[in-house]
Amino acid sequence: MEKRILFKYIDDPEQVRIDKYISRGGYKAWEKALKQMKPGDVIEEVKKSGVRGRGGAGFPAGLKWSFVPKDSPKPRYLVCNADESEPGTCKDRQLMECDPHGVIEGMAIASYAIGSHLCFIYIRGEFGGPIRSMNKAVKEAYDKKMLGKNIFGSGYDLDLIVHTGGGAYICGEETALLNSLEGERGMSRIRPPFPAIEGLYACPTVVNNVETLACIPHVINNGADWYTAMGTEKSKGTKIFSLSGHVKNPGNYELEMGTPLSYLINDLGGGVIDGHKLKAIIPGGSSTPFLLPEQLETPLDYESIAAAGSMLGSGGVIVIHEKTCIVWVIERLIHFYKHESCGKCTPCREGTGWLEQMISRIEHGQGKPGDLEKIDTICNNILGRTICPLGDAAVMPIQSALKLFREEWQYHIDHGKCLVETECPFR
Amino acid sequence: MILSDKSIAEIREKMVRYPRRKSAILPALTVAYNQLGHLDEEIYKEISQVIDVPTGEIAEAATFYTMFPKAPTGRYLIQVCHNISCALLGADGLVEYLESKLGIKKGETTPDKIFTLITVECLGSCASAPMMQIGDRYYEFLTKEKVDAILDDLRKKAEDGKADSV
Repeated sequence: MEKRILFKYIDDPEQVRIDKYISRGGYKAWEKALKQMKPGDVIEEVKKSGVRGRGGAGFPAGLKWSFVPKDSPKPRYLVCNADESEPGTCKDRQLMECDPHGVIEGMAIASYAIGSHLCFIYIRGEFGGPIRSMNKAVKEAYDKKMLGKNIFGSGYDLDLIVHTGGGAYICGEETALLNSLEGERGMSRIRPPFPAIEGLYACPTVVNNVETLACIPHVINNGADWYTAMGTEKSKGTKIFSLSGHVKNPGNYELEMGTPLSYLINDLGGGVIDGHKLKAIIPGGSSTPFLLPEQLETPLDYESIAAAGSMLGSGGVIVIHEKTCIVWVIERLIHFYKHESCGKCTPCREGTGWLEQMISRIEHGQGKPGDLEKIDTICNNILGRTICPLGDAAVMPIQSALKLFREEWQYHIDHGKCLVETECPFR
Repeated sequence: MILSDKSIAEIREKMVRYPRRKSAILPALTVAYNQLGHLDEEIYKEISQVIDVPTGEIAEAATFYTMFPKAPTGRYLIQVCHNISCALLGADGLVEYLESKLGIKKGETTPDKIFTLITVECLGSCASAPMMQIGDRYYEFLTKEKVDAILDDLRKKAEDGKADSV
């Protein structure tokens, strides 16, 4: 069953209006936090809830907040990461477009918890609909005095800036995002110092994903115990999965953590299109290793997907059927990572380019003996040798495809053509 | 000035909200792009005057971001996502269909300057594939029939001089 917490009113077009949001209990958590809780209480509650970063890393949100130094004389900043661009992922877009006040309320509570009086939401620039929806909702929130000066008579001030990006996948990486927000090129920064110590404008900063922040009002309203009653031992609550690719009913589905992958793909997704058989699943956005049909009963939670050899990542589940050449899939992905590499680290900048050339050559019938071994070597020289995870993200699906579908690669090299002819028609 | 008074006012209004002026670079580039449909050196110079940040720093940032074309395009910039989720549902065929409908190749502009066709990376519309973006609007779950209707509609708008309503 879908477990709709964040998505409870997602289909109702009225939910974008602040009056409707408030009539359904909206901004109650914000009021409760400001009037009844100390910032430390909010952090403790979120820590207890076990909410983890929904952008892909899965880092515990409350713990991240607790790294902000209590005694720093500098201003602190909360930044909502809405640069959603991991291929296969389209959940934050729907949250912002259809329930923008849920995002604002989460940002407000998180800001209060870390002592921030100015917060930002960095939305990818292509997202016309979500940008319009967020701008409108922020204006409403100011008019209703949910943002601005002396909110709920508490003496607490909070401003919120909607900042839009310029089309760069790398800006979803938090330090690149901060550089971009400062007006620089969106290149990642070396850590330490971590953003909690020196982030935006070298001040303590917390960066959280949209979905992560949208969980927060529910945790504050209902308590950590209510939240931890959902999910598995280490993966608490619900998660929104974006289901795409070769399925009958693609879409965003909110599920309790631990729900089997088969339920998402077959029961909700209606199974594979055109009567074809399932070939592979990318479970957590395009950067994560493939799963095979025999792993369909794997529960969707951080630990189970990791044990199956992949990652839950952003929850972007991409379904691939049998009439798909895996080398073609990888060619598409490596083209993307090469295009999006910011160029700062040599292994990623040069390595993704070499990989793209070689893989494209193989896909187009020009593969040579020794190519696969060379690809392996290049991958190993990128993995773990870059400042940010983009290099790893580029390599993981390649290594996985080489391991799981080696015969297809070898056939390409031996015969100069696909073992499996791709059938992905435009209708 | 190439930038309109309205654009300049909008940039100034955004700029004062940031703790540091340099943060206004991307917002300023966005405002300029929305007015002009592309960016270039002249525009960087004008933004530099408005937000008081050196032209070089504005160009440095602008050239990093792919969303802003650095030369004029057709009135309607058709951006087809060709990343994996869209590719699995026929993005390559969509591009070919558009190429044949428009009589141009990817990367080109129609002779009447109405359409420019390019491919782009994931636009976060994976569960509504295949898709394309024109202006700031997403067109999703595309089929040949839908593409026909969209192109007819935009061509008519362009001919009626209503291009700004994208």
